Amino acid sequence: MTWTSPPQPSSPSLDDPGRPDQPGGASGLSRRQFLVGAGVLGTAAATLGVLASTRPWDQVAKPTSASSASASGPLVLVTLYGGNDGLNTVIPYTDPAYLSLRPNLGYQPSQVLPLAEGLALNPKLPGLLSLWKSGQLAIVRGVSYPSPNLSHFASMAIWQTANVTDGTGSGWLGRWLDSAGDGPERAISIGATLPPALRGDKEAAAAITGPTLTLPGDSAFQKAYAAMQTPSPDRVGLVADVATSGRDLLGIRQRLANLQAPASGGGGGDTGTGGTHPTGAGSGLAGPNGITAALGVVSDLIVAGASAQVYQVSLASFDTHAEEKVNHERLLSELDGAVTAFFKALDGSSHAKNVVLMTYSEFGRRPAENASGGTDHGTAAPLFVAGPNVQGGKFYGEQPSLTRLDADGNLISNVDFRQVYATVLEKAVGSDPAAVLGGQFQTLAFV
Amino acid sequence: MAVDSVRSDIALLYRRAGFGLRGVELDALVPAGYEAAVEGLIFGLTVPDPGGDAVAVPSFPNPRLPGRTASLSERQAASAELRAGLSALQEWWLQRMVATSTPLREKLTLFWHGHFATGASKVRDPKLMYLQNQLFRTRGWGSFEALTQAVAKDGAMMFWLDTETDKKAHPNENFARELMELFTIGIGNYTQDDVTAGARAFTGWAYSRQTYRYFFQAAQHDYGTKVFLDQSGEFNGTDIISILVSKAESARFVLAKLWSHFAYPVKPEDPVVDDLIGTYGSGFDVAGSLRTVFLHPMFRSAQTRTGLVKQPIEYLVGLARALGLGAAASPSGGGGGRLTLALVASALGQEPLNPPNVGGWGQNSYWLDTATAEVRLEAALLLARRADLSSIESVSVSQRSAVLADLLGLDGWGPTTASALERQADRPEQLVALALASPDYVVA
Repeated sequence: MTWTSPPQPSSPSLDDPGRPDQPGGASGLSRRQFLVGAGVLGTAAATLGVLASTRPWDQVAKPTSASSASASGPLVLVTLYGGNDGLNTVIPYTDPAYLSLRPNLGYQPSQVLPLAEGLALNPKLPGLLSLWKSGQLAIVRGVSYPSPNLSHFASMAIWQTANVTDGTGSGWLGRWLDSAGDGPERAISIGATLPPALRGDKEAAAAITGPTLTLPGDSAFQKAYAAMQTPSPDRVGLVADVATSGRDLLGIRQRLANLQAPASGGGGGDTGTGGTHPTGAGSGLAGPNGITAALGVVSDLIVAGASAQVYQVSLASFDTHAEEKVNHERLLSELDGAVTAFFKALDGSSHAKNVVLMTYSEFGRRPAENASGGTDHGTAAPLFVAGPNVQGGKFYGEQPSLTRLDADGNLISNVDFRQVYATVLEKAVGSDPAAVLGGQFQTLAFV
Repeated sequence: MAVDSVRSDIALLYRRAGFGLRGVELDALVPAGYEAAVEGLIFGLTVPDPGGDAVAVPSFPNPRLPGRTASLSERQAASAELRAGLSALQEWWLQRMVATSTPLREKLTLFWHGHFATGASKVRDPKLMYLQNQLFRTRGWGSFEALTQAVAKDGAMMFWLDTETDKKAHPNENFARELMELFTIGIGNYTQDDVTAGARAFTGWAYSRQTYRYFFQAAQHDYGTKVFLDQSGEFNGTDIISILVSKAESARFVLAKLWSHFAYPVKPEDPVVDDLIGTYGSGFDVAGSLRTVFLHPMFRSAQTRTGLVKQPIEYLVGLARALGLGAAASPSGGGGGRLTLALVASALGQEPLNPPNVGGWGQNSYWLDTATAEVRLEAALLLARRADLSSIESVSVSQRSAVLADLLGLDGWGPTTASALERQADRPEQLVALALASPDYVVA
């Protein structure tokens, strides 16, 4: 069955009618919070609404502070949850084995967007095709790891920890945060919950749901809240961890506030009102688009000169066991629009010259379609790397064979995802890959 | 002294096996002792729930889904209707938890919802979600095998994990894999061949969205011999579940999960699981296992007391019960705005009846990040404003934080929290909001 996205809840109904907001910043739970929090059911347009009206840095050309200038990066990690079907994303449309494995689910040569070497993009990826043509999109083919695991959770844990043995331990970017050791604002995840990849043993990335953080209550209340987060010997284990998340909240809030403060006196306070969102998505957005909104927050922060070296956004529901075509196309279309809008928003910004965006998913899908119009869990898949400095319009790694499959009928990988990680750690994060990954992995030349 | 420790233990028991108890309610239970409190909760698994039953079940929207030829507006209208039906159902469940007279049963229902995690985002029809929720409520305390067999034929689960499309010609592996990995034995205890064999065994299982019944399509079933976990036979899905739950690994897996959610996280190989296996036994007895958990010496240990971060749903239900918020936070009449507990839970990252994936929600650090901290603080202040704070307002400023701890069913505050609360003790709403956002309360 086909379903349109659920319509937006009308925002006024979510306002608290009981008591008017108090002066001094004491307010009800903001609409944004509730709407964003409603998550799956589609609420990100509300974020965009907030973006359109509360982005004071919008029209303020801000000089770079020394700390925010970056020779490389930032890295923008795009997590695709559920196992994206690589073969229907980067399509081996000239290989006769493709349509014989996928008589119903496969694309005809006339439908696809050809790239090179017998490969083509899914028809729902015209924006990525443009990036490819302008040399800003690289495709790494056949990415997986030794003895791939077909469980979502095990495989996602392996990707997020870069521990291919059993997926336990700290997140790979969490380990980088641990070694960098200078606070949560170095990595920012957009979304209500923080993925394990960004959680270290000591440090964790900040999770934000919008471009600003406004704490409720007046100054006395906020000071008491801050006092309550003070580290103390009476706090150990989880109690200490809760206080740490509170301190991180205060820290990231301060950083975001600093970012919004006009660089030179005046002018910043009201310029955002009525401004249009640089992604062009702020007005007239037809439906909810979580990843578009999230990448909009990221582009805002980058353009404003935020010091984060890593950002994370996500898109879910790639687990297409049944009725894949319509659902997968909808997801790819959403991804394509979001990435296109993201680079458009960054265009011309001095902070965006070295941005590297990469997608990944826990696995690809089985080459042979199933009887439900879908595909089961697979192994190797392509991933996208995009950015102005990316050596794009090229493939990296070999295309896995459709006729030489493993015992479960899955693709055989030729690129270890830790090679991709090593490359972005070195070139976009500016970190020693061996220290983070616990070993040497040959980097790729895509950036 | 002895009385104090019994009171503290019963308070802990009710925080974990229920949604917390106010001081006055605790006082009433102390004379009979801890074991009697455990028995009371276990007894509640099998008796009527007048409090919960008083919360009216919402009516369900027409589940007929528009076909491919439907216009955009028809689809949107149908989507909106289903969305509204789901919202009503989500709030019904949270209000039921707030009002329940049998808190362990509602807590166990929440546990099974996280275990057999099924999401309305794919199932769509709220009535199917309701039927699954009732299944957990009515059968969640009996045999784990009977429960799992029923879940396998539950419509919401069958649509969620595609059992419904599992056909002889091309088996769909989704349900078979998650049945083993997440529901019964855990990863590492089966191979891909077992997944394939399991998927064949469930072929032909179907469900009618019209009659809300499971049915069997013989023509789609693979009657052939399957080799499954080193056994061979013409297995069907029922056989597969029987084989799985009888494995020693399954008992450890299920009991470790129960312990992890009621005490503190452990892995299946943890020695504390050894002590639970006897009562679980060959009857896969959930209620008996829960009793053993609550009576285990480690359950009343310091490790348990600081072992879990409250999940948003239990956090909200607990504070709503303590502060008398059920009605206040429910939809206001007259077409005005609404603030529901389900909406706050969603904002905190735990949308009822819609877990992020079949793995359910995580534990502890999963709930600790800056976004959740921010929403928690906002929600705490907003809910504190709606609460009846007369019991706080009526005592002197210096006594307020202690009275508040008692109201929330806590033994007291740690020194850092106590001194922060002191700063706002003259402002009851702010005091309560800070307390609700404090590490002491967030850790269950």
